[in-house]
Amino acid sequence: MVQTAQQVRQQPKKPDAKEPWLDPQATPYVRIENVSKHFGDFVAVDNVSLDIYRGELFSLLGGSGCGKTTLLRMLAGFEQPTSGKIYIDGVDMSNIPPYERPVNMMFQSYALFPHMTVEANVAFGLHQDRVPKDEIDRRVTEVLELVQLVSFRKRRPHQLSGGQRQRVALARALVKRPKLLLLDEPLGALDRKLREKTQFELVNIQEEVGITFVMVTHDQEEAMTMSTRFSVMNAGKIVQTGTPAEVYEYPNTRFSAEFIGSINLFEGHMVIDEADHAVIEAPEAGCQIMISHGITGTVGSRVWVGVRPEKMKISKAVPALENEYNLLSGKVIEIAYLGDISIFHVTLKSGKNIRVTAPNVSRYSVDSITWGDEVWVHWNADAGVVLYT
Amino acid sequence: MSGRDHHKPFGLARSGGIEGLSDAAAMHVVTQWLNRLGLRGRGLVIGIPYFWYLLFFLIPFVFVLKIALSEAAYSVPPFTDLTEWAEGALKITLNLANFDYIFSDSLYVTAYLNSVRIAAISTLLTLLVGYPMAYAIARAERSWRAPLLMLVILPFWTSFLIRVYAWMSLLQDNGLVNSVLMNIGIIDSPIRILNTDFAVFLGIVYSYLPFMILPLYSTLEKMDLSLLEAAEDLGCRPFKAFWRITLPLSLPGIIAGCLLVFIPAVGEFVIPELLGGPDTLMIGKVLWQEFFSNRDWPVASAVAIALLLLLVIPIMIFQHVQAKQQEAEKR
Amino acid sequence: MNARGLGLVFLWLWAGLVFLYLPIVTLIFYSFNDSKLVAVWGGFSTRWYGELMHNGQVLDAALLSLEIAVISACGAVVLGTLAGVTLSRFPVFRGRVMFSGLISAPLVMPEVISGLSMLLLFVSMEQLVGWPKGRGMLTIILTHITISAAYVSVIVQSRLVSLDASIEEAAMDLGARPTRVFMRITLPIIAPALVSGWLLSFTLSVDDLVSSSFVTGPGASTLPMVIFSKVRLGVSPDINALATIIVLIVTVGVISGGWYMVRSEKRRELEERMAYAEGEKENTGMV
Repeated sequence: MVQTAQQVRQQPKKPDAKEPWLDPQATPYVRIENVSKHFGDFVAVDNVSLDIYRGELFSLLGGSGCGKTTLLRMLAGFEQPTSGKIYIDGVDMSNIPPYERPVNMMFQSYALFPHMTVEANVAFGLHQDRVPKDEIDRRVTEVLELVQLVSFRKRRPHQLSGGQRQRVALARALVKRPKLLLLDEPLGALDRKLREKTQFELVNIQEEVGITFVMVTHDQEEAMTMSTRFSVMNAGKIVQTGTPAEVYEYPNTRFSAEFIGSINLFEGHMVIDEADHAVIEAPEAGCQIMISHGITGTVGSRVWVGVRPEKMKISKAVPALENEYNLLSGKVIEIAYLGDISIFHVTLKSGKNIRVTAPNVSRYSVDSITWGDEVWVHWNADAGVVLYT
Repeated sequence: MSGRDHHKPFGLARSGGIEGLSDAAAMHVVTQWLNRLGLRGRGLVIGIPYFWYLLFFLIPFVFVLKIALSEAAYSVPPFTDLTEWAEGALKITLNLANFDYIFSDSLYVTAYLNSVRIAAISTLLTLLVGYPMAYAIARAERSWRAPLLMLVILPFWTSFLIRVYAWMSLLQDNGLVNSVLMNIGIIDSPIRILNTDFAVFLGIVYSYLPFMILPLYSTLEKMDLSLLEAAEDLGCRPFKAFWRITLPLSLPGIIAGCLLVFIPAVGEFVIPELLGGPDTLMIGKVLWQEFFSNRDWPVASAVAIALLLLLVIPIMIFQHVQAKQQEAEKR
Repeated sequence: MNARGLGLVFLWLWAGLVFLYLPIVTLIFYSFNDSKLVAVWGGFSTRWYGELMHNGQVLDAALLSLEIAVISACGAVVLGTLAGVTLSRFPVFRGRVMFSGLISAPLVMPEVISGLSMLLLFVSMEQLVGWPKGRGMLTIILTHITISAAYVSVIVQSRLVSLDASIEEAAMDLGARPTRVFMRITLPIIAPALVSGWLLSFTLSVDDLVSSSFVTGPGASTLPMVIFSKVRLGVSPDINALATIIVLIVTVGVISGGWYMVRSEKRRELEERMAYAEGEKENTGMV
């Protein structure tokens, strides 16, 4: 998950079957064009445009009320866009009711029909399409095998565990082989341990059936581990779209930087802007910040520099450096020991608090950092990211 | 009041210090007395209503049965005793003549069957009228639901007798319904509506509508609407989704509503008496006449037993549904 | 159901409401009719109200009905609360199935049956133990309590079921004995249910004709009995006037009660929203 910036930048720019979004020639499978949705005065989705490609597991990520679920419901056909258009496999979806769309949804509540058996729930959609009976039987068995529920086929929903219900919901949506499968918080109702296991199961099933998945989630970890790409949404707008590594390493706004993982932000203004480097004066940091690449912007303009906690190094001794850029000093006020890593909360001279993580490489160390220690924090010039908004 | 109080006589007095000692002492005496009877807090809470309903609801049926098996007599009260002391031995006379009488006389059999027919048809009509209303309220905007429900229940709070009476004046030959029908030219001369079976159906539907709507509403309102979305998402048209999902899921409400209408309607007296004709025979009316006009208590009791036998199964189903409902609410 | 279907359903709802209210509205309308013939409009008049005020029989009956209703409603609330608590708080005791059957049967039992059976009980009890002496107000009250308490127990039960049992456990944990827990914690929380149970019992009692007719004795004629004996003879305008007064009292009572409940609900909602907003502010302030 945590790749370095170099690794990401070294990714091939050449179009790849697995990364169709890099190919300007590729036709998107789902095309959302300037879609807005108003509920009275409230703008739930605000002029969103998005392309999703065949075979993707695409996530819409955001807090509650950000419009992600409304967008999903517009794909399913439960809501009509106030303006804009949605195309699925080249077909305009305006005025096509949900029951005629080649789209199936896995509901957050699972919405299993309580008066029907597992089998009847799964077969429901096929009955609507008047699929011959023996084919229904075959396909239901097939999909129940896929989700490992064959022996539960005669049970009613209330006789199943949470995880089993989730798999029935998935099977019911998959059995119709939709062009697009929508998942509304698919793992939201599961407990933590089951959630992790199910994440992988879901990804494996998606790869096996090859159906395009669009998933809504508020859990950034879920979006990071499962998606090919995801969009960060806020207040009805898409803030950033990209692969997990892109969004993590190159957040385009403070919102997206803070939403995905944690980050230390320093407000400042540009002092030097050369082709191969830039320097930012940040009073909060108590030092000048060096960025190892040129940035767009004018000298004197207000910017923020974001540095992820794991990209900072913490030490009691002054590190040996060629220059005085990117060097902070402060006092440790809190330590969270997580086993594999420790999180240090450091208060700088300016009063600003920052977070630094360090792996616990040795089991015991004499000069280990403890509460109240005066420490130095440093990062490389390629670790910081400049944000304009 | 736990079992400890029994062994520690001052436990309660000490804990009740706030109320003052005299109260506590008085309460202590009462508690001790109740304890001696084997009734403590829990036993008392269960015991009082249990005793009440045994005495005032169950035991009366024993008397009904007893009197149904006795003979009418010109005495106060107007029936013979089942038991008498004759020559030093207890003699019990069981008289089945009353049952023989009501099952052989076509009047009672007709009334019996007619009650079931009228109650069944009215229940079906009430369901047909009430279901869409309950559905509409359950699907109305949240802030509208309570006021709409209140509008449906409000007439129920006004006198039942007055509501039936209101239909009497509407339905009579020179009443509003006839004059409206004549004014718009559907009929030339007044038709007889009052004192027909139709008026009885109308009266039952009108009076019992809230009893149908309330249970229907509560099941429809509780229904998870994402189930309907799921059905549509799987290719089911809205109308069909109603038949496949909404209707089966509202079945408990339908059953409860139908029983709440059917059971009392079978024994209904006021509606057939005021709105029905002289030939609208219903068992409740017959029972009333036997009791008040003929003063034949034994036959009235036999009719009551017969009616009760008819209703035992529906009542048991109702109680089963009720208990299941409560279980569901608990979860 | 799609939008068009839903539109039809709403149309049906409004038609149903018209069906429910039209008879009552015409009843009120004709109570101001000067003509003795109910269906013929003879000009506006309040003469029937005047006549009613001088009808001693009606006034006596109304007073008796009110007295019976107040007493039996109080009794029904006590008995029904005990029954409701029993059914919702004691899941296991000997004879529970029979008890719950006994409690719910009066809800649907045809009144001719319960009326007759209660009468026979009272007659036999008088023969056996000499109580209750004769029949009249007391026997009507006992009958009404028995029927109404069943309704109260349903209301109380459903309120108690939705009540978080851990509140009572918390009180016990803090040292309150069961009786005290019930008086200080449970009762105040279910108070609204008791109020609506009381009101329901009151109207059931005021309204009751059939079972009262069975168990009453000479001299004890309640209002419904008087109305019924008049109505049997046909439609008459003074009954319209009486009915209008009853409808008016009930409407004012129910609407003010409902308005009070809606208002307190609204206020509660507003307070919750404000508390939530405050909490949000606090949270963001701390970060």
